[in-house]
Amino acid sequence: MNLYSRMLAGGGLAALIGFGAFAASAQTQTYPTRTITMIVPFAAGGPTDVIARIVTGHMAQTLGQTIIIENVVGAGGTTATTRAARAANDGYTLITGHMGTHAASVPLYPNLAYDPEKDFEPVMLLAGTPILILARKDFPPKDLKEFIAYVKANVGKVNAAHAGVGSVSHVSCQLLNSILDIKPTAVPFNGTGPAMNALVSGQVDYMCDQIVNAVPQINGGTIKAYAVATPARNPSLPDVPTTAEAGLPEFQAQAWNAIFAPKETPAPVIAKLNAAAAKALDDEGVRKRLLDLGSVVPPAPQRTPETLATLVKSEIAKWTPVLKPATN
Amino acid sequence: MADLFSGLSLGFGVALTPINLMLCLIGALVGTLVGVLPGIGTIATVAMLLPITFGLPPIGALIMLAGIYYGAQYGGSTTSILVNIPGEATSVVTTLDGFQMAKQGRAGPALAIAAIGSFFAGCIATVLIAVLGAPLTKLALAFGPAEYFSLMVLGLIFAVVLAKGSVLKAVAMIVFGLLLSMVGSDIETGVSRMAFNLPELADGLGFATVAMGVFGFAEIIRNLDAGAQMDRELVQQKITGLMPTRKDLMVSAPAIMRGTVLGSILGILPGGGAVIASFAAYTLEKKISKNPSRFGRGAIEGVAAPESANNAAAQTSFIPLLTLGIPPNAVMALMVGAMTIHGIVPGPQVMQKQPELVWGMIASMWIGNLMLIIINLPLVGIWVRLLRVPYRLMFPSIMVFCAIGIYSINNAPVDVILAGAFGLLGYWLIKHDFEPAPLLLGMVLGPLMEENLRRALLISRGDWTVFLTRPLSAVLMALAASLLVLAVLPSLRKKRDEVFAETED
Repeated sequence: MNLYSRMLAGGGLAALIGFGAFAASAQTQTYPTRTITMIVPFAAGGPTDVIARIVTGHMAQTLGQTIIIENVVGAGGTTATTRAARAANDGYTLITGHMGTHAASVPLYPNLAYDPEKDFEPVMLLAGTPILILARKDFPPKDLKEFIAYVKANVGKVNAAHAGVGSVSHVSCQLLNSILDIKPTAVPFNGTGPAMNALVSGQVDYMCDQIVNAVPQINGGTIKAYAVATPARNPSLPDVPTTAEAGLPEFQAQAWNAIFAPKETPAPVIAKLNAAAAKALDDEGVRKRLLDLGSVVPPAPQRTPETLATLVKSEIAKWTPVLKPATN
Repeated sequence: MADLFSGLSLGFGVALTPINLMLCLIGALVGTLVGVLPGIGTIATVAMLLPITFGLPPIGALIMLAGIYYGAQYGGSTTSILVNIPGEATSVVTTLDGFQMAKQGRAGPALAIAAIGSFFAGCIATVLIAVLGAPLTKLALAFGPAEYFSLMVLGLIFAVVLAKGSVLKAVAMIVFGLLLSMVGSDIETGVSRMAFNLPELADGLGFATVAMGVFGFAEIIRNLDAGAQMDRELVQQKITGLMPTRKDLMVSAPAIMRGTVLGSILGILPGGGAVIASFAAYTLEKKISKNPSRFGRGAIEGVAAPESANNAAAQTSFIPLLTLGIPPNAVMALMVGAMTIHGIVPGPQVMQKQPELVWGMIASMWIGNLMLIIINLPLVGIWVRLLRVPYRLMFPSIMVFCAIGIYSINNAPVDVILAGAFGLLGYWLIKHDFEPAPLLLGMVLGPLMEENLRRALLISRGDWTVFLTRPLSAVLMALAASLLVLAVLPSLRKKRDEVFAETED
């Protein structure tokens, strides 16, 4: 896959002209002098891929070099992340990691070939994708409070769907279940599409999933949403309360995407990449496209490598106790 | 009805603009090429070309990607017929009679009837999408895990009927295929099974890897056998007409009709619909034929029916995407990705909110099918001429194409080595009269069967009666049981012999 990458969404000609101008200025600087490869650990067209393409498209203009997206799939993204961990640390191989590859994988894969904290230099957090608590449209509870009471009372009867072991919908639902202290029957599906199909047709009762997949179904009335697990409501679903508003403030979860470089990539290179990524997030067009996806764009204080390092540490600490029992 | 016509006129208005016509043509051409090249599948191609479409207008991008998808169904039969290598899971059954026809010098009519059948099926299925898209969506939603499992059981029983030799050996191959399909991660616990701690096996064996091995490489080794060389030359010498005769058309017409109906219905089901459609169509033809022993020996219905069915299914599989916004298979999921990048997230309201997108795609499918038949019929002559290429030149090229194709799926060298190992295994199987088709079908159906069995039992809390208490599932189970009874009951022995066992050779 992946050979051809960047045809700028805006139009080929403008990109070509821009490319030429930047190529000239690049010679005066040391990095980058050639094409950069951005590994995306999931298939083209998935949420991580979309975010990576939107942001790197703009970063390439700033850096004056083409950024090629390489989609490497397999084993929940850990195949690609292993490859990135072992790549040369010259700043020409980067990875768009996410919550799964750089946090949840630690408890999920006992033989993980990399350490998300030690084997990578954090570059920058790109976007967060809020998690929703969803249910089939005729599921009896009307709001989150009723939902909690209902699933606790009927834990032997309810079915929770997820998109496969290690998927965002799986790990976030595990977190919800551990907060509610319930163990409902978890029905695994192969990906978000089939899981959503089962929820729409009422074969399963509830699931947790990323906002991007769910918004059109919620607006179409085929499923319902109880709450969004972020501190603030999401502009694409203004009527859906936050978990704090609805009475479950402990449940905070969002899938996040961030750029990482192999360990010991030189600090000036990291700084340059960080600046380019931050500039991309400040671009009106990039911002709008990320917001359209339901993503949360990190504000300026959250855009340093240090905050990303802290995030990775806290996410590993958050998911490990929740997911450990699931694999044993 | 008025809605339909206004929708269609809107759609043709969109699809007939020069840029969209050109994108449709490019999609159809690339699809044909992808189908023809062994090993390079539609999923890999759509994923590869997806980034290119980001610079296009969204409707044009989707028209092109859709063209690749159904175009591959036309091309997919080519290698099945000419060199006995199925490019896609949906063209596995086409090898059974298609390659036999090629051996008899009738590659031309086989290729032509595959294209004609695909065209007819594509046109009918497109009309179905336009007229009945919304009501048919209910069928897709009515199919839960229990129904799927029952359908897969029925599918496996079909797979037995495919066998032209020993039934026992066919069953053994199906079971072997099911076992191979279990390599990889357990869907419920994520535990690795039969992967020997090799990270490359963590996601299981790829269909293309095994198919290229047991069909492609094994066939090449067999051809390089001293004895088979004669056989090969024979193929090259006695090529007869390129187009189907009047008799061929007479025999094929009802088969195409039945294949279209089966394919249209099964295609709507998310998941393995198109695969089951192709061999359900083959099984049906074999069952109702007055002389079932012709099947597996170059019966033209055995090419016409499954090729019509898989193309019909390829078209109707767009229904859940267009009416619900839920992608029914991996290619469709990539198309959703393409829409997302353009800021369109498909959902249940896509038909109201983006009518020009939905109707434009429907109209473009009809145009695309027309283009494909115009592209494919003249190509028949070229493909058939390829058979005249000396085998010493042909087999290294097939090997190279297969190896590139297999590598390109995951960028994994291990896959190529695995395909080589399956080639040796396949050669052993051929030598011992085991047929590879049931093996592949077992492998394709295995995961669907296992996953849905476990889902159904999870939801029913372990209650097995769920397969009989849900009406749709019960009907499918009853069909499966009656097929089995037909095979087992001694009073029907004579009938069974006609259907299953043609062991005289």
